[in-house]
Amino acid sequence: MTTERAPQPTTAMANPPVQPLASNLLPGDVVRASAMRDLPAPERQLTKVAKLIDVSRCIGCKACQSACIEWNDTHPEVEENVGVYENPHDLTPDMFTLMRFTEYENPETNEFEWLIRKDGCMHCEDPGCLTACPAPGAIVQYSNGIVDFISDNCIGCGYCVAGCPFNIPRIHKTAHVSKKCTLCSDRVAVGQGPACAKACPTQAIVFGTKDEMIAHAEMRIEDLKERGYENAGLYDPQGVGGTHVMYVLHHADKPSLYADLPDDPKISAVVKGWKGAAKDVGLAAMGLAAVGAMAHGALARANEVSAHDDAEAQEMVAHAAGRLTVEEEAARPPEGAP
Amino acid sequence: MTGEREYSAPGDEIETRKPVTVSRYRGITRLNHWVTAFTMIGLILSGMALFHPSLYFLTGLFGGGPTTRWLHPLMGILLVLSFLLLFLQMWRLNLPRREDAEWLANIKEVVKGEEENLPELGKYNAGQKFVFWGMSGLIVVMIVTGVMIWEQYFPGLVSIPVRRVAVAVHALAAVAAVLIFIVHVYAAIWTRGTIRAMTRGTVTGGWAYRHHRKWLRELAGRRKADPAE
Ligand code: HEM
Ligand code: SF4
Ligand code: SF4
Ligand code: SF4
Repeated sequence: MTTERAPQPTTAMANPPVQPLASNLLPGDVVRASAMRDLPAPERQLTKVAKLIDVSRCIGCKACQSACIEWNDTHPEVEENVGVYENPHDLTPDMFTLMRFTEYENPETNEFEWLIRKDGCMHCEDPGCLTACPAPGAIVQYSNGIVDFISDNCIGCGYCVAGCPFNIPRIHKTAHVSKKCTLCSDRVAVGQGPACAKACPTQAIVFGTKDEMIAHAEMRIEDLKERGYENAGLYDPQGVGGTHVMYVLHHADKPSLYADLPDDPKISAVVKGWKGAAKDVGLAAMGLAAVGAMAHGALARANEVSAHDDAEAQEMVAHAAGRLTVEEEAARPPEGAP
Repeated sequence: MTGEREYSAPGDEIETRKPVTVSRYRGITRLNHWVTAFTMIGLILSGMALFHPSLYFLTGLFGGGPTTRWLHPLMGILLVLSFLLLFLQMWRLNLPRREDAEWLANIKEVVKGEEENLPELGKYNAGQKFVFWGMSGLIVVMIVTGVMIWEQYFPGLVSIPVRRVAVAVHALAAVAAVLIFIVHVYAAIWTRGTIRAMTRGTVTGGWAYRHHRKWLRELAGRRKADPAE
């Protein structure tokens, strides 16, 4: 077993190192973990990475989908052709990325545009899935920005589904664990870029450090602007702190054109409320009530039945019995009979 | 059978006269109550494990996180069925009455344990009625929201925005239910002589006279039920 650690990958293009290398994504690189508040400080800061998807360059060939299936060894069900290009019909626990096709008639140019977006986890800097998850360590974020689901810790509750602003996680029907794109954390750990980026024939998907990817995007945007797409821009939504999967869009002013990509994604206020102060306040209220009840129970005077009450009850019952006729009284069963 | 029952339920009767004991809950009702209670405790423990990270260790009681996840909603269904049976037996005597308002207005005396100046009550006081209706409402809220967030069997039942609200409401309702649960248990212990109503099924005459005098009076005025009732 080699002890030399793999270098951090800065591109998906280069061929991987051939000598065996040890993983370079370590437990100490976890900066955030679901339902674990006091993580030890990370031992080092990895360079932030990102995958950049240039929608204007995508030809919809789905090589990335195939590469993803192959690398992750998933087995998406063969479905029926219902006359649309999306295949499968949606993200599934076995399909971490999906080309979504939108037919758009641009009202300004009267031109038909075919918008193809590679959907999948955005690897949010501030991940809603991680915020919502109740299982310690089922969702982690590494210091390079990758958000990963750790199936061994996942309980399959589906809270991440409610937490994610992008509708990404899918719960596996038989394994009962949540699944999504890993940003190929297992490849990145050994110095390789994501499988989908490597497979893309047009280099619509590129991978590298986040800074480089932003610089690369700027070049592409400039190019698009020259070609008349004046609203071309980068999709790196700040509402979730930026993302480690970014898009170059020709219509960056209207992200929702692209199969409902959220215009301004944020962790829902409902999720923040539910997962934030409400938890601590709720816990405190229940704890105080329980402790208070016990203390009061131990210290305060109990509500005791008095001898007077017993006598009055005796009187009331006897008095009522007195109203019975003599025959009825005689027919009554003896005292204490069941 | 003698006369209409206004303040008592079928099966309530004076059981012995010297000393007076009054039967308050039949065996089947007590069984029903304890099934409900233990299911509720299971639900609280399993739910709280997911509610707060510091309570996640409670999943250990159920055999781990995934087991807790699937067991909780099943216990929820059991609770709803069991509670429904209790509800059908108890709802009528828990309807609010005029004397409840007066009792509530003098709640200070109740807390001091000085019930002498309070109105006479039927089988339940306003506090017990609050617990009854509060739990009934919260359980309805929890079953409705619980099904909405039940990933295993109803994954796409509601949209994601609705699901977010449902899970938050479910958690809030659970906190409220726990508070009511604490009030319920506390009141049963503080009011000495109450627990036996749900264990042995009977209370002493003095207890009935002190806390539920109209109920006792009605039972005293009735002859022992004949077997046909
Ligand atoms: C008295 C009854 C109940 C209590 C005290 C209770 C409590 C809780 C709590 C505290 C949570 C965690 C919420 C959070 O993480 O913030 C939860 C989750 C959940 N509850 Fe309940 N609940 C009750 C009844 C029900 C019922 C009737 C259902 C019906 C189907 C249900 C289904 C669920 C589901 C599906 C979850 C998500 C986790 C899981 O799948 O186990 N609950 N509950
Ligand atoms: S289903 Fe999602 S929220 Fe639930 S434990 Fe698994 S990763 Fe966490
Ligand atoms: S896109 Fe959704 S699943 Fe991916 S990191 Fe962001 S919140 Fe989590
Ligand atoms: S990064 Fe890896 S897991 Fe994610 S879509 Fe690409 S190939 Fe699939």
